[in-house]
Amino acid sequence: MRSDREPLPKTTAIQLYRSLFLARRSEEYIVEHYPENLMRTPMHMSMGQEFVCVGVCAALDGTADVFASYRSHAAFLAQTHDTDRFFSELYGRTSGTGEGKGGSMHLAAPDQGHILSSGVVATQIPVAVGAAFANLRLATGRTAVAFFGDGAADAGVFWESLNSAALFRLPMLFVCEDNGYAVDTPRAARQVAASLTEAVKPFGADAYEDDSGDVESVYTLAREAVTKARRDRRPAFLNIKCCRYLEHVGIGTDWNWGYRDQATVEREWIARDALKVQRARLASHQVGESAIAALEQEIESAIQASVQRASLAPIPTPDRLHAGVFHAKA
Amino acid sequence: MRKLDYAGAIREATTQEMERDPRVFVYGIGVPTWSSIFGTTKGLVEKFGPERCFDTPISEDAMTGFGLGAAIRGLRPIHVHIRVDFMILATNQLVNMVSNYIYSTGGRLKVPLVVRAVIGRGWGQGAQHSKSLFSNFTHIPGLKVIAPTTPSDVKGMLTAAIRDDNPVICFEHRWLYWAEEEVPEEAYEVPLGVGRILRPGRDVTVVGLSWMNVEARLAADILARRGVSVEIVDPRTLAPLDEGLILDSVRRTGRCIIADCDWVDSGFSAELSARIHEKCFGQLKAPVRRIGFAHTPCPTVRELENEFYPNARTIVHAVEDMLGLEAANLDGEDFFSHERRFRGPF
Ligand SMILES: Cc1ncc(C[n+]2csc(CCOP(=O)(O)OP(=O)(O)O)c2C)c(N)n1
Repeated sequence: MRSDREPLPKTTAIQLYRSLFLARRSEEYIVEHYPENLMRTPMHMSMGQEFVCVGVCAALDGTADVFASYRSHAAFLAQTHDTDRFFSELYGRTSGTGEGKGGSMHLAAPDQGHILSSGVVATQIPVAVGAAFANLRLATGRTAVAFFGDGAADAGVFWESLNSAALFRLPMLFVCEDNGYAVDTPRAARQVAASLTEAVKPFGADAYEDDSGDVESVYTLAREAVTKARRDRRPAFLNIKCCRYLEHVGIGTDWNWGYRDQATVEREWIARDALKVQRARLASHQVGESAIAALEQEIESAIQASVQRASLAPIPTPDRLHAGVFHAKA
Repeated sequence: MRKLDYAGAIREATTQEMERDPRVFVYGIGVPTWSSIFGTTKGLVEKFGPERCFDTPISEDAMTGFGLGAAIRGLRPIHVHIRVDFMILATNQLVNMVSNYIYSTGGRLKVPLVVRAVIGRGWGQGAQHSKSLFSNFTHIPGLKVIAPTTPSDVKGMLTAAIRDDNPVICFEHRWLYWAEEEVPEEAYEVPLGVGRILRPGRDVTVVGLSWMNVEARLAADILARRGVSVEIVDPRTLAPLDEGLILDSVRRTGRCIIADCDWVDSGFSAELSARIHEKCFGQLKAPVRRIGFAHTPCPTVRELENEFYPNARTIVHAVEDMLGLEAANLDGEDFFSHERRFRGPF
């Protein structure tokens, strides 16, 4: 946690907690119900690292188009808070973000600034560069943010995108959700640079690193970064250290894989879980336990209602298969 | 009507669309520089400024994603590759991203992105500056693929492509840049997905792709002097394909030769041939024949290049063979006109 940081106002603290809780509870629901085999889409869970997307999206406050990877749940919910379309898509219903054609890896709410998350590592990054360019050219007042894992920084297109964004002077954010692993391969087995943050600097981006594990710290950093990016018209790279609690894909834990030590992860990360820390912070803002519980219940009910609506929504009829390959003329 | 060459027609379509719609921009390696993609983008940076006509890093992958991002966020990009061989670095974006952004969002997004790719030979372009790869892209649902042959078609089809809300890949054979004909001055659209009969005939249908229509015309002239009537069909758009036009022609003539300027194996000609056999089986007087590149990497030395590439002579002999005619002596005919015209170096 950044010690020089002014405490955030109570309303912001509550807003961040709500957003964190929404992502966590939604995924807990998935964990509970995935075995029913009705959400038939590969799930890359955000659990544990939600605070990155939550902090950044709250800081940008809807002023950026979001381009996420297949690890899309937290990014989607942090940007849209739209549990209706989220669960509808996971259940493959016409009311989903892509009428069931996308699924967990391809969530899209372009009208709410979550464009389309992408399942091929790093592919979303250059698309964010183009969106930042369009936003600048059309003077929309908006910019773009790309979320990606540390594994995406193995890919050439990450560096191409960084270079291009700096060359074209685009005030966008590159946010690395650095959980240290690509599936079970540690960063050191994939990258020579001791520090990704340092490696990025000569590419003309302002590079920041945060290992606080704390949503308020990320929020504050992202606000600073985007303000400076806009002022100087140059991209910012945020390397946010985080920890994925569950297996790479799926709803289980992966302690038996042997690539990381459960006790260490519990001590270093789960003990300071961002959701727990933020909940405690609400108490220090004199938000009482009953008020917190009410807020949590409200979100819980919203999730249940969304799931209920999804279950009642139509499944796409067979004729939808061929619909929408091309954009129909208005 | 005034005459215009194919390169000029591309330049004019681009200029008119950029004047009409401030969201249109054109970019790619070498686009605003002196060489300006064989002159097809000449003068655009002077007229529209570096914000709407610009060079890029040699980052085809990122620059394609960039075009996608700009397109879904309200601009209408035209990305230019001086060789399709370089565009394949963008295959990841084209195949994994551009082609399915509309579908995966349940039709919520528009992707008005045009990608122009130069194909074809000069001399000595060798194995890495000579491909066509049509079928790599017609294989992918969600991409429109066009290969206009004539100057008036390229002007109208490029205009239609720029106005289209779907991704369109435009293949341009570099030798066509010299082709000249009367081209209307005002902006107009030639609809995508509609083929064209370039020359009506009775005895055999030749479906020509891009440059091979030029060779097919020459072949048809030679064959006409021997009393053989060739119908030339130019699909113009390869995806979505105007299948009806081709099938109708083949049903009338009962014979079909597909003249592709690409490899034959698993190529566009294989797809077309399969469809013709499936849908015109009873009306065919002979099996469909396919003409295309030799199945080797493209060689550099002229004498082997001439073996590698099909031309009018190949088409004449294929028609003769199909009709059971004796092979004519073609010694007096003028082949290789463009090979002689080309002076390099690139
Ligand atoms: C181009 C590509 N190669 C391989 C894969 C298979 N794959 C999926 S996720 C992944 C690891 C990516 O790790 P990272 O970028 O750190 O993101 P994280 O999963 O940790 O969020 C791999 C190798 C892929 N989806 N895309």
